[in-house]
Amino acid sequence: MTIGELIELSAATAAEKVRAREIDARELFEAYRERAAADELNAFTWVADAPPDDRSFEGTSLGGVPLGIKDLFCTEGVPSQAGSKILEGYRPPYTATVVEKLDHAGAPLLGKTNQDEFAMGSSNENSGFGPVLNPWDRTRVPGGSSGGSAAAVAAGLVPWAIGTDTGGSIRQPAALCGIVGLKPTYGACSRRGMIAFASSLDQAGPLTRDVTDCALLFRHMVGQDPWDSTSLAFPEKIALPRGEDLSGIRLGVPEELTGEGGGIDPGVRDSYEATLRLAERLGASIEPCRLPHAPHALSAYYLIAPAEASANLARFDGVRYGLRVDGEADLITMYSRTRAVGFGAEVKRRIMLGTYALSSGYYEAYYGTALKVRTKIADDFRAAFERFDFVVTPTSPWVAFELGARMDDPLSMYLNDFCTVPMPLAGIPAISIPSGLSDGLPVGFQLAGPAFSENRLLSAGYALEQAIVFDGSAARR
Amino acid sequence: MTDYEPVIGLEIHVQLDTRTKMFCGCELSFADSPNTHTCPTCLALPGALPVVNARAIHFALMIGMALGCEIAERSIFHRKNYFYPDSPKAYQISQYDVPICRGGHLGEVRIRRVHLEEDAAKLNHISASGRIHGSERSWVDFNRGGTPLVEIVTEPDIHSPAQAREWLTLVRATLKSLGVSDVDMSKGSLRADANVSVRPVGSTELGTKTELKNMNSFAFLEAGVRAEIERQTRLLDADDPVFQETLHFDPVYKRLTPLRSKEEAHDYRYFPEPDLVPLLVTEEMLAAARAEIPELPADRAGRFERDFGLSADRARNFSRRTELGDYFEAAVASLRGGGGDAGNDGPTVVANWLEQLVERTGSDVDPADSKVSPESLAALTTMVAAKEVSRDAGREVLRRLVDEGGDPRTIVEQEALGAISDDGGLGEIVDRAIASDPEAAAKVKDGNMKAIGPLVAFVMRETRGRADGGEVTRLIRERL
Repeated sequence: MTIGELIELSAATAAEKVRAREIDARELFEAYRERAAADELNAFTWVADAPPDDRSFEGTSLGGVPLGIKDLFCTEGVPSQAGSKILEGYRPPYTATVVEKLDHAGAPLLGKTNQDEFAMGSSNENSGFGPVLNPWDRTRVPGGSSGGSAAAVAAGLVPWAIGTDTGGSIRQPAALCGIVGLKPTYGACSRRGMIAFASSLDQAGPLTRDVTDCALLFRHMVGQDPWDSTSLAFPEKIALPRGEDLSGIRLGVPEELTGEGGGIDPGVRDSYEATLRLAERLGASIEPCRLPHAPHALSAYYLIAPAEASANLARFDGVRYGLRVDGEADLITMYSRTRAVGFGAEVKRRIMLGTYALSSGYYEAYYGTALKVRTKIADDFRAAFERFDFVVTPTSPWVAFELGARMDDPLSMYLNDFCTVPMPLAGIPAISIPSGLSDGLPVGFQLAGPAFSENRLLSAGYALEQAIVFDGSAARR
Repeated sequence: MTDYEPVIGLEIHVQLDTRTKMFCGCELSFADSPNTHTCPTCLALPGALPVVNARAIHFALMIGMALGCEIAERSIFHRKNYFYPDSPKAYQISQYDVPICRGGHLGEVRIRRVHLEEDAAKLNHISASGRIHGSERSWVDFNRGGTPLVEIVTEPDIHSPAQAREWLTLVRATLKSLGVSDVDMSKGSLRADANVSVRPVGSTELGTKTELKNMNSFAFLEAGVRAEIERQTRLLDADDPVFQETLHFDPVYKRLTPLRSKEEAHDYRYFPEPDLVPLLVTEEMLAAARAEIPELPADRAGRFERDFGLSADRARNFSRRTELGDYFEAAVASLRGGGGDAGNDGPTVVANWLEQLVERTGSDVDPADSKVSPESLAALTTMVAAKEVSRDAGREVLRRLVDEGGDPRTIVEQEALGAISDDGGLGEIVDRAIASDPEAAAKVKDGNMKAIGPLVAFVMRETRGRADGGEVTRLIRERL
């Protein structure tokens, strides 16, 4: 098989072939490794310099198919920087649980992928190590914060990758890069070893070329972890999807997220509605549904996430690891200079916002109220799922925008997350699949389901994917 | 001049004697090499998460029950945010408005709340005094960081420095009997801060309170509280205001210096800890805690009064100092078990001798650490009761036991301290006493017992205290 043919294999297919000894795991790793090392998209912050020695992948589920891992996952002895200069060169003494599980299942680390700093961003322009370019159009952003993972998978630099999603950071870049991205039920995957952004929202998840790869990777990520008190046992085994139609599936279209006021691009709206028609032809029923508090989700998110982040990022103080500036000065100077130099503008913005929202006299009005709104949003979904199997929206209101286009106005950047933030607030899973192109750029279609409905989400996603037949090969050339 | 009454509340921190830390599996230690008991969680490495220590919950439930608290069926942890090098996460995981226990009382003091939290790391300042002022740099030792703490907060029900000290000894004895902590103030496993204010006697309003820290012994607590009451009283007498501030007690100079003023008071920005789920206390957990609660000091005091006939004061004293109570019971058991008998009031006599022992060794010393074993004390008690040794000689034996240890019988033999009885020549000495002071003898003969003093003293001098006072008196009256 030529290298060109090799990299066109899906991860699941490649794994099968390794197990069947039709291809050599080392060759597979090296083929991707060379491509990653020659990357011009700035998708990686670190690439392995050789395939893993002394390992046989023939008996493993994931067949030695190499994995891209977002920079914020701790990987022992390998730089884990969360895209930030304050952790530049930091090599942790331990490995994140989900990474260990995937490695154990046969998916070795190929490279650490670039990201928005501390997962704060929707374009990967907030990285301390330079922006990532979209392989579909290198003048445009790949989305964020898992922009490196999404771009690398879309460009065929790595067969599959993992990222994290707090307000949309797996789904939105997946949509902008024309690949599949899944945000699991909160608690399904362990957060141990994931450099934290917002503890009650962060979840690890797969970014893959297709839904089957997504299911396969996800199957080996789930599991309760004694090191993470918020993790849960997934109540069923994750299945590889089979369903080819959607008969009997009830899809709900929320007016609040898909209506005219949402600022959705016409091209995106066309692709979305085409997908709805396709779903109907596959047997689904489509009806409007109400999520009355969804318009407040963005505000609630931009209070809760920064508040938790303001505490999670307080440990970066120059004392024990990472960057230290002016260590010979007094304590306060060292703290403030280290953090002034080490953190980027968006991170500082959110720390200040979060600190303010928690401060005495303001807690009730901001953080306290946001928590109440969160409960209402979760209730809205619960009610919707009594009548519908899934709630469906476009993943992102627009296609990939030009680098720099939204950097002057943070609030306009926050609007990227309009359709993706309600789900993490409710703790429910959601998947984005590529639904088509608009002006040559990928559009994503999102399905959200109740907690632990991933098997059904993957099944429905698969059925749609088979019908849509999205061709992402252009990005891999 | 107005009379003021002090109003005192205590905030007590207890390090729990669990095997591992509150939120990770690192073992607890004291004085081990620095930074040898650490892990990603207690070092707050990126990506590390806390996991609750079940035994710490168990101990907290025991403490809550022993203090008569209402146990919350559901409680949560909060983040208490502040920057300092001894706090690696820059927040402490603690409990805020939904703590594990509320209400309760111990003795005459009401408990406001009991909650769980983690201890900070230890800072070693490199300076002549070891304090932060004038230090060039400081080292951080994370061994202590993450140690489970229970915080007990009282209502302001204490009204004197002595009462504060006394009540804290009851707290200590109670916690010691539970076996949840080694409650050693010198090692920091028991710490107490005091909130102090004063108000005119009869007033029901509270004055401005100050917080006193760094009183790491019972004596310092009492001294610090006393000093602060005096300071506030002087201010109020001069019509000067008392500022709400935190004060640090310096035991060397007996001085209080402000640590933080109200303007710099911290906004801790408490919010519920998102890395932990709510704590639900089940019936099984409550039953398990209840089953491990032993006899508490208050109950022990009652038993000392009932079964041993001790006075209420003495019973309370012996039960509040666990070591004293333990020693006392061991001595009484030895008394009875050894076939010895000091009569019905044997335990009281043992208590007398025990108090003398404590006077000699100092009340800060555990009598079990002295050279006098409970068995020795019991034997001494028996010998004196049986008049084998006079009380004065007994005191001499005790002195030797304290200095050198050993067995009382051996000491009596070696030092020839045995009581002199009538056939030991005592009668002859009594005759000489009577002959030496005919005036006194005549008065005694006439019935004036008060005059017997010089006669008895003569005999005691002659016998170097070995005669039994009661026996001497009897013989004098017989011979007259």
